[in-house]
Amino acid sequence: MKKILFIEDEQALQKTFADFLKQEGYIVISALDGEAGLKTAKTEKPNLILLDLILPKMHGFDVLKALKSDAETKDIPIIVLTNLETVVDVEKAIELGATTYLVKANYSLEEIVSKIKKTLGE
Amino acid sequence: MILKNFFSQLNIVANCKRYGVSLWQCPQFLFLIMGAVIIATALITYILGVRYVADPNIVSLIVLVLTIVLFIISFSITRSVEGLAEANRLKSEFVSIISHQLRSPLSNLKWVIDLLLSGRMGKVDEKHGEYFQILKDNTARMGELISDLLIVSRIEQRRFPLEKTEFSLEDLTREIIDEFRPMISDSKIEVKLEAANTLARVFADSSRIKIVIENLLDNALRYGKNQGQIFIKLKTTGKNLLFEIKDSGVGIPKEDQRYIFERFFRSSNVLKHQTRGSGLGLYIAKFIIERSGGKISFQSQENKGSTFWFTLPTKT
Repeated sequence: MKKILFIEDEQALQKTFADFLKQEGYIVISALDGEAGLKTAKTEKPNLILLDLILPKMHGFDVLKALKSDAETKDIPIIVLTNLETVVDVEKAIELGATTYLVKANYSLEEIVSKIKKTLGE
Repeated sequence: MILKNFFSQLNIVANCKRYGVSLWQCPQFLFLIMGAVIIATALITYILGVRYVADPNIVSLIVLVLTIVLFIISFSITRSVEGLAEANRLKSEFVSIISHQLRSPLSNLKWVIDLLLSGRMGKVDEKHGEYFQILKDNTARMGELISDLLIVSRIEQRRFPLEKTEFSLEDLTREIIDEFRPMISDSKIEVKLEAANTLARVFADSSRIKIVIENLLDNALRYGKNQGQIFIKLKTTGKNLLFEIKDSGVGIPKEDQRYIFERFFRSSNVLKHQTRGSGLGLYIAKFIIERSGGKISFQSQENKGSTFWFTLPTKT
């Protein structure tokens, strides 16, 4: 079973998404802040990371930068999942190595799962 | 600290950008202009005084009094403008922050409803399904309103860039009509698209133009009295492409027509038919079309219907 790390500080969102992804047959690991997310990514080596941008302790962009500059984690595909939607944020995330940028408000759970499947080549 | 504050005030471009106003509405720029006017007035008064007034003391006194009066007037004017610009900036920032803050709980709600409706958490019976659907529709409605407010606050803060590319307006229109299918069948209105055979591609930001067409189609459907037809026509006119949408809905009363593109304006008659709506759609549409180098306008008759149209340049 493929492992997905969800770095998101909203616990309610974590729970909903984790429940949905588990039903889809994924193992979901949660991290509630940037630092914990980075640490978990190194120890758990997930197949994919869902990353929010506004996070406590460490901003999502810093997490993204750190993940992409670490040999152990640089090949893990990262989907940025946030409510920020300015062109500057999207461009910065892609420049830093994010695979896809999704605005939470614009996507349903089903749509996000299909993006995850596509990213994982399923 | 005072010195630093003083020098930061001198950075006119940065200050105007912060307020999100044009140069002619920017307090710091106005103060600079007023300063130039004071100097010019003092010089002219001095020259005239030397020529026509014999006593140099009186000349100095006239120049001094005039300069002080002008300075006080210009200072009060720029201070008031600065107050207004600051209030405007705070309002836009407030709307932006509140909208962002509302988006997170709204995403939570939306996803929880998705999860429940999917049946993954247990079978949903018909009655529960209906209520979940009501929750879902209302969450989507709130989401749309927040998106509109965010766009307006970005427009006001001059942070609404357009990424122009070449694309087919016909393809985009067909895509939008498909997305609106459920709403179209609910409304019992027939939507017809007529496009000329050889349509040039337009040069604009497709994601922003999508917002414009969605707003126009949404209005035509919502104020369409659940009957009749909506005709969408696309044709090339010179170096532009014309998009026209004609409905047979409630129309806009004559006295309201000149306010229709203003922010938060809602026509008196539409409130009788449809309470839903923020009055932001046409304001956003006008801004996007004009910034894309096109024009937007309409013709309307109360109880007969409206025809909205816009043009977009077909090349740079």
